[in-house]
Amino acid sequence: MRALLETRLMPAIVVAVIVIILPLLFPSAYYYRIGVLVFIFALAVVGLNLLMGFAGQVSLGHAGFLGIGAYSVAIGPIHFGAPSCLFAGAILSGALAFLVGRPILRLKGHYLAVATLGLGLLVAIVLTNEAGWTGGPDGMSVPGLVLFDWSVRGAYTWYWIAGTTFVGGFVLALNLMGSPTGRALQAIHDSEIGALVLGIDVARKKLTIFIISAMYASVAGSYLALFNGYITPDAAGFLRSIELVAMVVLGGMGSIVGSLVGAAVLVVLPQALTIFHEYEQALLGLIVMVFMIFLRQGIVPSIVAVLDGENDDPGD
Amino acid sequence: MMILETDRLSITFGGVRALDGVSIAIESGQVFSIIGPNGSGKTTLFNLVSGIYTPNDGSIRFAGEMVTGLPPDQLARRGLSRTFQNLQIFSRMSVLENAMVGRHRHERTGILADLLHLPSVARQNEVTREAAHDALARVGLADAGKRPAGSLAYGALKRLEIARALASDPKLLLLDEPAAGCNPVETQEIDYVIRSIVKDGITIVLVEHDMRLVMNISDRVHVLANGRTLTEGTPEQVRSNTTVIQAYLGVHGSKEAVRAFD
Repeated sequence: MRALLETRLMPAIVVAVIVIILPLLFPSAYYYRIGVLVFIFALAVVGLNLLMGFAGQVSLGHAGFLGIGAYSVAIGPIHFGAPSCLFAGAILSGALAFLVGRPILRLKGHYLAVATLGLGLLVAIVLTNEAGWTGGPDGMSVPGLVLFDWSVRGAYTWYWIAGTTFVGGFVLALNLMGSPTGRALQAIHDSEIGALVLGIDVARKKLTIFIISAMYASVAGSYLALFNGYITPDAAGFLRSIELVAMVVLGGMGSIVGSLVGAAVLVVLPQALTIFHEYEQALLGLIVMVFMIFLRQGIVPSIVAVLDGENDDPGD
Repeated sequence: MMILETDRLSITFGGVRALDGVSIAIESGQVFSIIGPNGSGKTTLFNLVSGIYTPNDGSIRFAGEMVTGLPPDQLARRGLSRTFQNLQIFSRMSVLENAMVGRHRHERTGILADLLHLPSVARQNEVTREAAHDALARVGLADAGKRPAGSLAYGALKRLEIARALASDPKLLLLDEPAAGCNPVETQEIDYVIRSIVKDGITIVLVEHDMRLVMNISDRVHVLANGRTLTEGTPEQVRSNTTVIQAYLGVHGSKEAVRAFD
């Protein structure tokens, strides 16, 4: 039993150790900043991976939930005088996911992709046009987070907050996948009809994971806004949604560790490539392409497959 | 006691009556086979009974309850399980996990408990794993538990689907061509598995083209042709029924007929 528990949470322990050790290698505060962004995006990507990689339901509008989370920590204090309500956005996103989830999740494949795309665009348009609330395309500044008289600021502090939250989200995701719900979701991915005839309420399971996934993205959005101190509708935009999907696919669909790797690559790489100036974007695209061609299951699953292959009995 | 009864079941697809007033009554503990030429409506009948299609007409009664129009998951939770002719394996999951999904209807957890991996979830996983392992053992796949399901051979996949259905502890098991595409050795294994299930008192409805298997194993045989009931009876009665031989065996399965009549 003890051994079982250890193997189940092993990836989480490894990730926690990475979070703790990484700062020892950081030469400047700038690296803390990158670290924060990696963990924030990785959190959103873990959520999206639960939906895409495990349950097999694509979402091209997840930045919409990111945007809701981001704007709720800005609009809450400014327009309602509510002290930075960290999880209000998550509740709002969850509620929106609940409302639109049932009709949308009846769709499959490309149709679902387009429907979620529409959802994301809708959120982005509302955030852009409701200038009285959101500051319009120019965005709005976000009051700093204050927890019990403690004003949370600085990359160093945020590194630990984002890191801890990410590990927490990571553990929840691991837990879920090792549970009846997690098995049901993976079953739905491979055969909805097979899942149905085993008594799985497919529509309800899909809705559940859509809501959870939306809440992950929303919390990440709230953190992003609080950390940057400023937010524009781009946070909810189409490109951001695509970026999240790219992180999931690059790291590995259905690999929770892959979510961290995918987010890290797509956050760090653009920073590293700035020395190439105008070729930055082209190089980024090229590298992602090469990754996908040679590691088509995503970085982490491909590496795992190679390692497993070496251990395998050749006669098997 | 009748475990499954259909009353004048009919369904139409784009003007074609795929099934036209079919009534069957299956007694608990029996092996009930449905045979008929290709396109006679066997799989359609399965899809109606398991809730995948909704009938245009007629009713279905399962374990004494009217279940017409209920979705598959609710029927499954009442103890009706099935396999598919074209396999519906969860190929990315391990063999054991496939069977564990079969236990779904017995698992009682909430989403919060699952997210937090409360002790109740861990305990239940243990129970589920054991039951799933037992189901795999019954079809001879106990040693394959850790392998990815997608890596199994065709005959083993057929048995895995049966194990998955068995793991749900069904009252009624619908097997849709369990031996289709299997070589003689694999067919023999399926035959053996079905017999062991029957011994446990699980009612089996079988759609199968392998006449030797059908005639050996069935208590009752129901013959469909063009969506209608042709006849029903014991294997001996059906085998000697001239309309059956003309409508079905004589045309489509002459080779099978010769073998079955040996």
